[in-house]
Amino acid sequence: MSQPLIRLENVSKSYPGTEAPAVGNLTMDVYEGEVLVLVGPSGCGKSTTLRLINRLIEPTAGRIYLHGEDVTDIDPSVLRRKIGYVIQQVGLFPHRTIAENIATVPKLLGWDKARINERIDEMLDLVSMDPAIYRDRYPKELSGGQAQRVGVARALAADPDVLLMDEPFGAIDPITRDRLQNEFLRLQQDLKKTIVFVTHDIDEAIKMGNRIAILREGSEIAQIDTPEVILSEPADEFVENFLGSGAILKGLTLKKVRDIDLHDIPALEMPVLRDEALKVLENSPEKTAVLLDKDHRPLRWISEASLNRTTQPIEKSGKPITIDLQPEDTLQDALGVMLQSSVGMAVVVDRSGKYLGCCSIESLASMIISDSGGSATA
Amino acid sequence: MSVVTAPTVQRGNLAERLDLIVAPVFAGLLAIIGAAVLLYSDIDDTTRAILAPEKIQNQLVQTIILGFASSALVILIAIPIGIAVTRRGLPRLKNFLVDTLGLAQALPAYGLIVIFFSWFGAGINTVILALAVFSLLPVLRNTIVGLEQVDQAVIEAGRGMGYTKRQVLFEIELPLAVPVIIAGIRTAIVINIGMAALAFLVGGGGLGETINSGLKLDRNPAILIGAVLVAILALVFDFLGALAQRYLKPKGM
Repeated sequence: MSQPLIRLENVSKSYPGTEAPAVGNLTMDVYEGEVLVLVGPSGCGKSTTLRLINRLIEPTAGRIYLHGEDVTDIDPSVLRRKIGYVIQQVGLFPHRTIAENIATVPKLLGWDKARINERIDEMLDLVSMDPAIYRDRYPKELSGGQAQRVGVARALAADPDVLLMDEPFGAIDPITRDRLQNEFLRLQQDLKKTIVFVTHDIDEAIKMGNRIAILREGSEIAQIDTPEVILSEPADEFVENFLGSGAILKGLTLKKVRDIDLHDIPALEMPVLRDEALKVLENSPEKTAVLLDKDHRPLRWISEASLNRTTQPIEKSGKPITIDLQPEDTLQDALGVMLQSSVGMAVVVDRSGKYLGCCSIESLASMIISDSGGSATA
Repeated sequence: MSVVTAPTVQRGNLAERLDLIVAPVFAGLLAIIGAAVLLYSDIDDTTRAILAPEKIQNQLVQTIILGFASSALVILIAIPIGIAVTRRGLPRLKNFLVDTLGLAQALPAYGLIVIFFSWFGAGINTVILALAVFSLLPVLRNTIVGLEQVDQAVIEAGRGMGYTKRQVLFEIELPLAVPVIIAGIRTAIVINIGMAALAFLVGGGGLGETINSGLKLDRNPAILIGAVLVAILALVFDFLGALAQRYLKPKGM
């Protein structure tokens, strides 16, 4: 790979009075445009490592390079204005409006007013918050998720190349967290920032990281690699234990629905006659079909048994389809939907809601089996 | 959002409104008592001489000057010290100061004024100094508490975005500590106005003279009027303090 954007070289941090260093002789490269996730048990020094990069904690030994330039001895305040910083507690300034909060670093850098104003609106749009509503609000009027959106907007306001994130979504409820993670991944596709992301949650690490560094005590790197490699080839017992027993299941978050072969379950298009439906069902290996409306949107699961049991019109027999999947969804989402579904399958639709096929537990299982077979030989 | 935050805003307003109502109500009641004393008690020539308008006016001005000067002195001393001891590395000094000044406040103000008299002689400056020492603690303690209660995450975010230590102090810590610090100043001013009644002991003037004359010449109406005026003055300044707390509080808090 090219020259690293951030380089930590033999960096240590020890505190007087404690024997073991918080960070011991760490060398680590972060490449341009990647998300490197630091993950490890609590107290392993991952947050300390992150703060060494913007020198909120001064290293006791070693050098730190940014863009190949040694920044170990430059004025830390100047350095930090070039590096975005997002923390779990957000830390918005309560006495300043959302706009003023976002303007913090641009103001420190001496941007002119018009440019700052324009930038505030741009940043609020970026994190999907309406400037007209939120500009002049104060932080206490925001929910936790909204506050962290502003936190991210504030960190990105001066367009830094590097973003440091310390458990940014750690204090947010699971549903909002999931949404923020997805939004952030989408943002990152456009922004291509170089990000160092700290979390204690291995699932979050797998989801967010291009590369993951698994750290043990003293911020020693146990393994640093892509999530796929770490999941399939854990370097040692520590990594294996840290991944936990569900490594294969965790791998499901890396694959999308479009990566597996869809099951071709016959479709019945409305309006359809009962006899036609029965004929189709007889030929279907699963004895199940998907009833579609006239726009090809899935409506109900129809089985032979359910048709025979009742004399009701076809659009009232069988079981309703309440959730569907899109090709971009992860296989973990797919597994969840299938387990909830009454027929052990999930329908897959395209963006406009048109039926594409079905995804079954068997197809998922065969992929997992062929996958782990593949990695065993690799 | 507005629905969620509305109740807290309302509650804040209620407490603040009470804060702004109590002092004027009591001041009004005291004024009525004072007027009743003037109207319905025997006012002889001696009492009239003690309560001569120009005298009272003079004493009022002196009391206000004493209260203000000592409070200004307190602000000038206590806030910088409060800032200094909350910077890193001085926790021991902080505890020492708070304890010592607690002792100073435990002494009767009377005693403090006499001690300062024995050092600096008679006069208004002695009183100002004594009052300042006496009321240093509330302002110092509130400065320390105000600065220490600022959310560490906010400070860390500020540092992380590139504020220098000085900028963190002036842009974040002090603005966020203002409500607590002003509460301390308000306490100090009320203490100082009240204690200024003792200034006459060392020739510092003030409304204490009227009370003293009333006591010495056995004129109860004069004692009452003097005491009522001191109390009203203290309440007026408490009210001004409440106003300051309300309008100098940073928005968004």
